[in-house]
Amino acid sequence: MTTTSLAVQPVLNHPVLELRGVSRVHGHGDAVVTALDNVSLNVAAGEFVAVMGPSGSGKSTLLTIAGGLDSPTSGDVVVSNVRLGGLTRTNLAAVRRRSIGYVFQNLNLIPSLTAAENVMLPRELDGVPTRRARREAVAILAEIGLEALADRFPDDMSGGQQQRVAIARAIVGDRKLILADEPTGALDSVTGEEVLRLLRARCDAGAAAILVTHDARHAGWADRVVFLRDGKLVDETAPLDSPETLLVAEV
Amino acid sequence: MHTEYVSVKHGLLALLEQRPMYGYQLRQEFESSTGSTWPLNVGQVYTTLARLERDGLVVPANGEDDSQRLYRLTEDGRSEVRGWFATPLRHESPRRDELAIKLALAVRTPGVDVRAVIQTQRTATVRTLQEYTRVRESAVDDLSWLLVADSLIFTAEAEIRWLDHCETRLARAQRSSSSPTTTPVSAPNQVVKQ
Repeated sequence: MTTTSLAVQPVLNHPVLELRGVSRVHGHGDAVVTALDNVSLNVAAGEFVAVMGPSGSGKSTLLTIAGGLDSPTSGDVVVSNVRLGGLTRTNLAAVRRRSIGYVFQNLNLIPSLTAAENVMLPRELDGVPTRRARREAVAILAEIGLEALADRFPDDMSGGQQQRVAIARAIVGDRKLILADEPTGALDSVTGEEVLRLLRARCDAGAAAILVTHDARHAGWADRVVFLRDGKLVDETAPLDSPETLLVAEV
Repeated sequence: MHTEYVSVKHGLLALLEQRPMYGYQLRQEFESSTGSTWPLNVGQVYTTLARLERDGLVVPANGEDDSQRLYRLTEDGRSEVRGWFATPLRHESPRRDELAIKLALAVRTPGVDVRAVIQTQRTATVRTLQEYTRVRESAVDDLSWLLVADSLIFTAEAEIRWLDHCETRLARAQRSSSSPTTTPVSAPNQVVKQ
């Protein structure tokens, strides 16, 4: 019972994200804190996985490690078949920019840039010419129903619109892995739902996503929910039945 | 049984406020507006209609010799519907909640891993919530059904929040381990299905 790795479900194709026996320990000696303890988790293309757990269970650590923003003390993180631990700083930064999209509670939209310019930013950092970056940004905003906001500044948008622009920025350039940490922030429940519907749609279109949340209604959008407790994965939900078989009248 | 009669009764009366209907239509409309969450059988519909007719709330709207009876509201029936919408529901005595009973007894029963009981239930309820969320997405353009689906989702969510709360309360009770009713907690990874 020392391993907390969970059985991998049948995967359609190779996983976009693999965590292999990942541990993250902070501090030394008596002050050691184990934030993650031998966690193994695969997320396939098209799969939406929610991670639930109380504060301090290691949810956010799992997300920062999956995104290459922090390194595990032991174990491997593999994104689209690339082992992040084997990369130089420069190459790691490139993988982070090109393959991974982050959506955090603080939207971090840049106030002096328009919606389109915010969305273009990661592509321009990637060396994509401005004109093409703009075209991509407008296309992705259109895809999520925000085309009309392309030239507006964050301050002239509602919280829900800002958060959806932040998601557009996270997914522009066909990034295959989306990492979201309580992405609905302080939005009301119906507006928050739009953000989750958008994440769901991106997964249905082939992206892999991890959503870290303490809100069960948000986790309800996922294909699979895993539970973290004291840095260990302790349980996960069984695969879902097809919607047609649900709520069938038993008369 | 009484409460069930009351909710079906008011449901049918409210549907008849739209227009006169046959029994089979009432059944269909009741189910489609609540997403078939609480299916009615034909017997329930006709028993309820017979009682409503006895109480003077509905009357047949077509001739005696028609094979199917069309029902419409009486003036009393109409004011009953208005009264239903205008009056809050009363939750008089708490519904018997098997899960609350189970946890209440789990903390008093020797050898029960209460955290495991909580986690097993949490996983099951989250899965139910995932299913409701999917079903709701398949019916986004039907407002009545959306509201019913939301109700199922919020009820499941409330149960999960309560389970989280129980776990915190349990941990706190064990830290101040003077409490005689608590049982030892095992390592969390023992929660994993064997």
